Amino acid sequence: MATQTLPPSAVPVAHKSGALRTILEWMGTADHKKIGLMYIVYAVLFLVVMGIEAILMRIQLAHANSTFLSPQVFNRLFTMHGTTGVFFVAMPILVGFGNYLVPLMIGARDMAFPRLNAFSFWVTAFSGFLLYGSFFAGGGFSQAGIAPDVGWFAYAPLTAPAFSPGHSTDYWTLSIMLAGVGSIAGAANMIATVIGMRCPGMTMSRLPLFAWMNLVMGGLILVTISPLTAAQLMLMGDRYLGSHFFDVAAGGSVVMWMHFFWIFGHPEVYVLIIPCFGFISEIVPVFSRKAMFGYPAMVAASVGIGFVSLGVWAHHMFTVGMPSYGNAFFVLTTMVVAVPTGIKIFNWLATMWGGKIRFDAPMLFCTGFLFQFLIAGLTGIMLATAPFDWQLGNSYFVVAHFHYVIVGGILFSIFAAFYYWFPKMTGRMLSETLGKWHFWVFLIGFHLTFDFLHIPGLLGMPRRVYTYDAGRGWETWNFIASIGTIFQVIGILIFVYNMIQAYIQGPVAGNDPWDAWTLEWATTSPPPEYNLARIPEVRSRRPLWDIKHPEDPDWKYE
Amino acid sequence: MLSLAAFAFLAPSVLAQAHSAPLSPTNIFSPDSTPAHSIFRLSIFELEVEGAIFVVVFSLLVYSVGKFRQRKHDDDSEPAQIYGSNQMELAWTVLPVLIVVVLFLTTAQVIHRVQDAKRPPGAIEVTVVGHQFWWEYRYTQYGFTTANELHVPVSDAERTTPTYLALLSADVDHSFWVPRLAGKTDLIPNHPNSMWIDPQEEGIFLGQCSQYCGTQHAKMLQRVYVQSRADFDRWVQEQKQPAVVDPSAAAGAALFIAKACFACHTIQGTMAHGVVGPDLTHVMSRDTIGSGAVPNTPENLRKWIRNPGTFKPGSLMPAQDLTDTELEQLAGYLQTLR
Amino acid sequence: MSTNSAVLQSGEDAWGLPSRGKVGMISLIIAESAIFAIFVAAYIFYIGKSLSGPTPQILQIPILASICLWLSSVTMHWSVVALHKNKKSTFILFWLLTFVLGAIFLGATAREWHHLIVDEGFTIQTNLFGTTYYSLVGLHASHVTFGLIALFIVGLFGLAGKVTTEHSDRCEVIALYWHFVDAVWVVVFTVVYLLGR
Repeated sequence: MATQTLPPSAVPVAHKSGALRTILEWMGTADHKKIGLMYIVYAVLFLVVMGIEAILMRIQLAHANSTFLSPQVFNRLFTMHGTTGVFFVAMPILVGFGNYLVPLMIGARDMAFPRLNAFSFWVTAFSGFLLYGSFFAGGGFSQAGIAPDVGWFAYAPLTAPAFSPGHSTDYWTLSIMLAGVGSIAGAANMIATVIGMRCPGMTMSRLPLFAWMNLVMGGLILVTISPLTAAQLMLMGDRYLGSHFFDVAAGGSVVMWMHFFWIFGHPEVYVLIIPCFGFISEIVPVFSRKAMFGYPAMVAASVGIGFVSLGVWAHHMFTVGMPSYGNAFFVLTTMVVAVPTGIKIFNWLATMWGGKIRFDAPMLFCTGFLFQFLIAGLTGIMLATAPFDWQLGNSYFVVAHFHYVIVGGILFSIFAAFYYWFPKMTGRMLSETLGKWHFWVFLIGFHLTFDFLHIPGLLGMPRRVYTYDAGRGWETWNFIASIGTIFQVIGILIFVYNMIQAYIQGPVAGNDPWDAWTLEWATTSPPPEYNLARIPEVRSRRPLWDIKHPEDPDWKYE
Repeated sequence: MLSLAAFAFLAPSVLAQAHSAPLSPTNIFSPDSTPAHSIFRLSIFELEVEGAIFVVVFSLLVYSVGKFRQRKHDDDSEPAQIYGSNQMELAWTVLPVLIVVVLFLTTAQVIHRVQDAKRPPGAIEVTVVGHQFWWEYRYTQYGFTTANELHVPVSDAERTTPTYLALLSADVDHSFWVPRLAGKTDLIPNHPNSMWIDPQEEGIFLGQCSQYCGTQHAKMLQRVYVQSRADFDRWVQEQKQPAVVDPSAAAGAALFIAKACFACHTIQGTMAHGVVGPDLTHVMSRDTIGSGAVPNTPENLRKWIRNPGTFKPGSLMPAQDLTDTELEQLAGYLQTLR
Repeated sequence: MSTNSAVLQSGEDAWGLPSRGKVGMISLIIAESAIFAIFVAAYIFYIGKSLSGPTPQILQIPILASICLWLSSVTMHWSVVALHKNKKSTFILFWLLTFVLGAIFLGATAREWHHLIVDEGFTIQTNLFGTTYYSLVGLHASHVTFGLIALFIVGLFGLAGKVTTEHSDRCEVIALYWHFVDAVWVVVFTVVYLLGR
């Protein structure tokens, strides 16, 4: 009934607002775009903080028997680094992009529950600041305060009052529990949005892949964060109510904490990577100038990954002493999850195949992602092989593997997303030259650090050590890895500078600078508060392709 | 004189290290015991399979990047839009599944072979108890307890003598990892585990705790001394003896009690039966103090006693309030405990 | 942001997508089920593992209170059906009855706990059974409490005559939550009072 037209470009209403008014407007907003931006800015702030934590640790580890940091400070740093990275960088930035883009992509005006959306953000933001308050308590900032020092997975009984006196562990428990509430609320919001707010004609099989990924991510969050919340309630009970969940003296089991934590912890990493798959699936087709190859397979693979990921958790516990058939079961499930993941890589390659690929910054970062995610998957299979994991587990090989996924995979795809959608969010183009510098410098730094960090793991270096002996053959590799951080820092600085200079004086982007095909490009950059002047009716997965190619629309072939 | 003795003690271990693994004494690709060998063979097979996968996929990626990039002379037309191919989806689903089946079956076999291995008669049995931040070794077959340095007989072709380790923890989680001898197994309170090794070469094998256990996790080091059967038996006999009683060190012995060292440490044949810290009955038979933190020299011994935090800040042994004379006497006493 | 909701609703009705409120509540229920599942897993794992202290034999099966709670699901259902049909007095009658039945259940739990703690000296600190019993039953009781608060607030509005058939979808969302709480009690009841004893 409604014809597909590009809406007239909306002129943003200019209104005088003082600084205070602007701040109050942002603090009280329930607009998904503003909330999305706040999530992203918040996450980038904490990315810088966790980067500093990493730099300090790498300085300490560059040489054997270094005394740059005390063991107490180092142990707090790696705990905070990991906790921050998962909960206050990766989750918020991905939720931010999802919040911003999904309503636009599905032709809706906002999320299903805008005020709940605001609540999710502020609860998450508060919990991050709560965690970092711990740096300033106790012995003060120079001693890293009483920041938690139990590792980001806080194994029992190290977290028992006997071994962690004082409140450092409580900062960890309470801040994460709060952040979890924000995440679960956000997940319910996203699911209700994707299911209940699509524009007419947008059946589930025409949903942009990024929206599909956010749906799967939301579903996963519901069943994965809650076990952590439950375990943390149990931990608080042990610490303050005298319960005995993980109390060995009363017959309690510390292995149970491990099970509950990893029932959360493993699907959590899929929560993080799945929206990144969404970024790749949106960007690679546009820059290859081809439709996504195998859309139904991509959806099925992602849903499959979501389900199978719930059954692999004990591959983090191969050394704990499970019986042989228990270990074998988790070897099988973990290897099985590699199959749909591989399918996705092949589909992305097939999308590039036969295309006319433009290697602008977004595509450069996507290519980096594909290369690095392939390697990370292969080292993951090594770790899935339980006997191999008996050597490699809890060593620097694991550290290298998961940073390969998180930095080489997730962060690279986030960079791609920034370069791709920054024009939409701000109305300005980022500098392509600076983007290429950012890519190459950061790529060098990433590989210097994380390629070479695999080697100390193979040579017996365990993780979470504040120092190590000379004579074990670890120094050279650690030193090289530490040098790599310099390049990564420079890369990030170039990136931040690029964003600032583009925001102030970058070339105007227009509605659709990349000649793309999903609905967010049908409105102005940045979009007006109401997103689209008229809710469209779509007939295919690429509504804008249909408009631009009326002789050859997608709905003839899908 | 004493430093010469210490050097003589240390030299064999240094030589053994240099001989065994040039790249690293803790290289997982230099196995010297059946579990480590099994893991090594499986890992090489897997690396070969994964290497092949990497070469194929990486080549496809490089080819795509090179062949299908947009050229300057290209027109603005869009390339052919291919939406999918069921045959391709099938192919790249079935092939990975087959690879998974192969990898899984080979893996399951190794898991079973290592974890479900039958204990032969004549195996040495040691109970390992993990502490923050040291290792307790109870040789229950022989009736003595020692710390931090595990001695086992070599297991050669004529006489396979594996050592079975029961793994317990007195406090938090730890993990036993000597890479050249076996994969790691955790020591978890209220959750006994076990593992076995059968080192095939004499020498010293290094490792360290591999499950974060607190402040000094990094210095909970391991030393495994693999000896000929004769040397091992001799070592056992020496360890079974109660502490040497040297009358010239009587003052120090008295101090050991007076300063409450006995509350944490055991010295067989004396009043000291503490179990919080390592057994010191034969402390001078060990190459290191502080579980590998520093070499066992007279100077280090004195520094350690005065303040363990010098070498291992966060160690659970408190600094001792001793005068210089008291320190001299106490250290002198400990130095008699060979 | 009231303008948002007005604009949003026209879009969703246009082609029959599921209601956001129901999807949101079902999502919450899924998450809460996962939390309960973990506490149930801990309970089952620790059956028979207490080193000392009372065992589940000490418990009296709360048959009456449980029937009240499960009955309250029936009254809740009738209440919402009545509101759909715009029978406001039937709605408020059954709604308040639901509240009363839920409150009886909570009161019975309170009495049971009072007896266990004061008379038997059995607390969450006593042993593994105490830990898992109080945490699991307590988690459920806290969810009953949240439900009662929601019922109370809507009940007040209902008594003031402000709840109309237009709100029946939203009351159905609350009903979903209440049914979930009752369903959880089926599991908890089975595990604690039947299985464990």
